[in-house]
Amino acid sequence: MSRHVVAEAGEIAPGSCKIVTVRGREIGVFFVNDEYFALINRCPHEGAPLCRGRLFGLMEADRPGAYRLVRKGEMLRCPWHGWEFDIRTGQSWCEPDSVRARTYNVTVEPGGTLGKGPFVAEIVPVRVEQNYVVVEV
Amino acid sequence: MNVTVLERSPDTAAQSKLGYVDCDVHIYPATPTELDSFLPERWRRHRAMFGGRSRQALSYTANYPRMSPQVGMRLDSWPPNGGIPGSDLDFLREQLLDAFGAIHGVMLPLVGRCSDERNVEFGAAMCTAVNDWQAAMWSDREPRLKGSIQVPVEYTEAAIAEIEKRAGDRRFVQVQIPPRSLEPLGRRRYWPILEACAANGFPIALHLGGTNGHPSTGGGWPSFYHEEHPSYCQSMEALVTSLVVEGAFERIPDLRVVLVEGGFAWMPALTWRLDKHWQRLREEVPHLKRPPSEYIRDHIWVTTQPIEEPERPDDMLATLEWIGWDRVMFSTDYPHWDQDDPRYAFKVTLPEPGRQRIFRDNALEFYGLE
Repeated sequence: MSRHVVAEAGEIAPGSCKIVTVRGREIGVFFVNDEYFALINRCPHEGAPLCRGRLFGLMEADRPGAYRLVRKGEMLRCPWHGWEFDIRTGQSWCEPDSVRARTYNVTVEPGGTLGKGPFVAEIVPVRVEQNYVVVEV
Repeated sequence: MNVTVLERSPDTAAQSKLGYVDCDVHIYPATPTELDSFLPERWRRHRAMFGGRSRQALSYTANYPRMSPQVGMRLDSWPPNGGIPGSDLDFLREQLLDAFGAIHGVMLPLVGRCSDERNVEFGAAMCTAVNDWQAAMWSDREPRLKGSIQVPVEYTEAAIAEIEKRAGDRRFVQVQIPPRSLEPLGRRRYWPILEACAANGFPIALHLGGTNGHPSTGGGWPSFYHEEHPSYCQSMEALVTSLVVEGAFERIPDLRVVLVEGGFAWMPALTWRLDKHWQRLREEVPHLKRPPSEYIRDHIWVTTQPIEEPERPDDMLATLEWIGWDRVMFSTDYPHWDQDDPRYAFKVTLPEPGRQRIFRDNALEFYGLE
């Protein structure tokens, strides 16, 4: 397990994603509703670049005609076949028990702390006065 | 619970070089007027002044969102240099042909509303234009891409003339007919066109589509796209049944048909049912000298996308066995949203030589390609 500085805090606009390569893996880092999430950029269904899909809210209905849109921006829809994934857990909405996209732990750390390590900062140069997005792989 | 999921690790470069034939590639004009340069002035003016007239309520779009212009594409297929998916040859090469080592890609253009046009003379002109466009803009620039001849199925003379005009031109490998025509394709009114295809060595591709004005399901118009999508299977079942029972294959022994984007797992069940009823109702159709299953086995091929994903992945093997390993051909449907990836479409490992037949040899043989 290693920790990687992947972006400056504020670099990823709300509701958008930065795709980074960490230890040979493409990972999408999302900033949604003031929180960071990271998922592998590969759909477990047919291998599509999952993180190039769109974020959207979860549409639910208890019965026909009664709809509600919840958890706005927290679901990721695969750009190929539209499978829906929860960006918090990587779980597929239709098959939550068996189909899951790998997720990674993300934190925001001040540059001063990062300078002391153990961090890998090959992607983003670190300055003491800045905050950084760190992904654990 | 129906779970069919990719649990393999990313393929190495070597594994991804399948050397396959893609039997369903969609190309689009870069601009709405690109096709105009392939029309004579008479029809260019008509297109600009009056536009198309198809057999549905809507113009310039279709009844379901997926089929609306520029919607329903794989999101990562928008060319980086602009234009719509499937309109940039270099990007199509990079994302499809070169990515997995395609030997050939068979183009099935869904543009121009060729066969649906109610003004059949305009329809015939659009067919010719789309055919010339495929040759000039695609096959000539990328010989791996092979064209599908567009014909106006409700204008027999023009359809036959177009087929004869392209005979011997190896840039074209088949004649494309929409499965939703005015009447089921086995009807005698279509036989002269079917005969012309067979006489000139062209198989017929039935790629889902066509707006004939009839509801898309046997039970009426669907409310949801989720209902519409599986109705492609119904269209194909209706056409296979029509071609067999009307005696088209008895009349035209060289007729070969490939069903594109209509699924295939339904075919064994339809075959069983047709044979069962033939044993009981044969006297009604004495022109059928053999059980329907034999006509289907001899004359019908299927492509894979949108592939069935059975709950138990191994059931795919039995399905392929029932249809025939020599009758199934791989297709992606690039760049549409429901396209399949050649590496992961099958959720079960296919045994050799069946795998190589489905990905490559069946199509090479069917289209007479090398």
